[in-house]
Amino acid sequence: MSTAVDSISHEHGDYAGSKIGMWLFLLTEIVLFGGLFLLYSVFRSSNAVAFHNAATELNAGIGALNTLILLTSSLAMALAVSAVQKGEVRAATVSLSVTIVLGLVFLVSKYAEWSEKIHHGIYPNSPELGLRDYGEGLFYSLYYVMTGLHGLHVLGGIVALIVMLVLLRRGAVGRDDFAKIENTGLYWHLVDLIWIFLFPLFYLIT
Amino acid sequence: MSFYGEESRYPGILSWIFSTDHKRIGLLYLITMLLFFATGATLGILMRLELIAPGSTIMEATSYNAVFTLHGVIMIFLFIIPGLAAPFGNFFLPLQLGARDVAFPKLNLLSWWFFVGGGAIVLSSLFVGEGPPDTGWTIYAPYSIRTTSAVSLAVFGVFVIGLSSILTGINFLTTIHRMRAPGMTWFRMPLFIWSLYATAWVQVIATPVIGITLLLVILERTLGIGFFDPAKGGDPLLFQHLFWIYSHPAVYIMILPAMGAVSEIIPVFARKSIFGYKAIAISSVAIAVVGYLVWGHHMFTSGISYEARLAFSLFTFLVAIPSGVKVFNWVASLYKGSIELSAPMLYTLAFIFLFSIGGLSGLVQGALVTNVHIHDTYFIVAHFHYIMFGGAAFGFFAALHYWYPKMFGRMYDRKAAKAAWFIKFIGFNVLYFPMFVLGWQGMPRRYFDYLPQYQDLHMISTVGSWILVTGLIIMFANLIISLRHGAVAGANPWKAATLEWQVPSPPPPENFAEIPTVTSGPYDFGRFRDK
Repeated sequence: MSTAVDSISHEHGDYAGSKIGMWLFLLTEIVLFGGLFLLYSVFRSSNAVAFHNAATELNAGIGALNTLILLTSSLAMALAVSAVQKGEVRAATVSLSVTIVLGLVFLVSKYAEWSEKIHHGIYPNSPELGLRDYGEGLFYSLYYVMTGLHGLHVLGGIVALIVMLVLLRRGAVGRDDFAKIENTGLYWHLVDLIWIFLFPLFYLIT
Repeated sequence: MSFYGEESRYPGILSWIFSTDHKRIGLLYLITMLLFFATGATLGILMRLELIAPGSTIMEATSYNAVFTLHGVIMIFLFIIPGLAAPFGNFFLPLQLGARDVAFPKLNLLSWWFFVGGGAIVLSSLFVGEGPPDTGWTIYAPYSIRTTSAVSLAVFGVFVIGLSSILTGINFLTTIHRMRAPGMTWFRMPLFIWSLYATAWVQVIATPVIGITLLLVILERTLGIGFFDPAKGGDPLLFQHLFWIYSHPAVYIMILPAMGAVSEIIPVFARKSIFGYKAIAISSVAIAVVGYLVWGHHMFTSGISYEARLAFSLFTFLVAIPSGVKVFNWVASLYKGSIELSAPMLYTLAFIFLFSIGGLSGLVQGALVTNVHIHDTYFIVAHFHYIMFGGAAFGFFAALHYWYPKMFGRMYDRKAAKAAWFIKFIGFNVLYFPMFVLGWQGMPRRYFDYLPQYQDLHMISTVGSWILVTGLIIMFANLIISLRHGAVAGANPWKAATLEWQVPSPPPPENFAEIPTVTSGPYDFGRFRDK
């Protein structure tokens, strides 16, 4: 009887429940981005040549570097989760910190990339794009909206990771209660995964 | 001790708005939603008054555009989409499952805050910027991109409300999967829970689509990204697709929980187990699945391909099947029952009648040929008011009268409740039935003015709105007065068999002193026979 009360007053007592909730949340994220992927596919099919031309202006090298950064951060995240499950607080702290730093590096690099493009007059509704084919404008609008929304998710992920770091130091996340950090990890991997789709769609298909 | 007397860390009203108790959150939703409903109904009355005669009667054309937009936005996003799921779902889902709360109580409170915050943002668009939104609730591009009214603000409010809806969906799905009492198998769950389950899936899978669409409208207006703007190579049709990919399934978010409540009420007041339990349960899920594939029927005249129209028309006819399954099962449940015509049952019978008219008129629109004739006419207005008001809102009132004694521990005046029901039923039909005829004759929807030949029917309709509001006022007065002065209801005034009626009214703070073990289905009335 008392265990039943505990499992309810303690909302994190139900490990499977928190997992179900997280996976459902990730599903909503996929549908959210899905709307944009839908727009991308429609506009790509109707503006194939313009999309090709516009994509050649993006620097695939920087895109690849960003991909590498995020993939490495996902590795660090996975190591952090596994360290927490084993109760290795020190190793978990290091791995989490590495994840956070890599996330920040990604955002800085994204910022530099955006600034460079905006500096060259390439941004939604810009006079420069107005001179070109409609499709190039749509391509760059999609580029800014999709990488922008993705960047916001990275930012949100970093905030969540910092919270996890604090909870880990306080002992609120540990070998006995690792659902929170696992869920944060799932979120981080999803954000990574979305980038894995954005990278070829914008940088590689030329 | 009931949950009203529960000790709280906070004093006064703070003990409500910071409570994570599902019952308090349910009542918070109920109160806020009814306030929004009153606002929307007032706007509706003003619209009807304007339309009593051709030309300008009480407002100008631009005000009329704003009024019908806000009437739609408020009624749809702030009343009928949270609908029965948010207030009654929150209050009764854990009680019916035999649980002490939902799976994520804090998230539940956050959902209510998002709901109220989003609602406040939507209403603030009335007073900020260059006038309230005038686009209609569908915010179709490209007009919604070009108008100078406060569209961005209203749209952002709806986005926040969408977050609330998503979080509630996640919460309910997890709760239903994880927190059923021992012995509460899937096919022993009350049908209201089945309907909440189907609804929650639609909320989770469909709502993010409107989320991203609304964000794009804001970006379109602020940055000029051009996705929906033909001047920049974009396509307004894409907006319509994205909008209806959510907004059609949203119709099922509105109606499914009402169907669930009706399925609870019928067996209790017919004193008979429900006919076709599994068929009703599965048809809820079937409606959710097929309802996701019919959005194109809103766009038959928008210029989509013939093949697409054919497919969407076919699915539209298919989605009527599970709805029909429900209606036939309800009627079969009444057959040879010992029917007691209390207020909840009267609302339920009105629901079946009005929903059937609404549903069948929906098929008239789902057929490609007739659709062209009646598209964007009053026929559509009549149809969706029969579904949303006659269906979902009458279902809401049925649930309100059914669960009122459980929520508040007191019984309303039953005669006044029946009188209010009768007046509303008459008023509703006088208000909305003429619109079918008006639409068939060619009266376009959303028009401020009309030709003299439509005046008679418009006048009848406006008179109907007065009757309907009279009924609403009597109903709310009765329910509010009875909060203090009603007779004490007792734990189980309807002799219902589901779990929420087996605890005191109003329920204690943690619902169950001991988590019950379930050994029979939800509509097994055998145990009352000996008494």
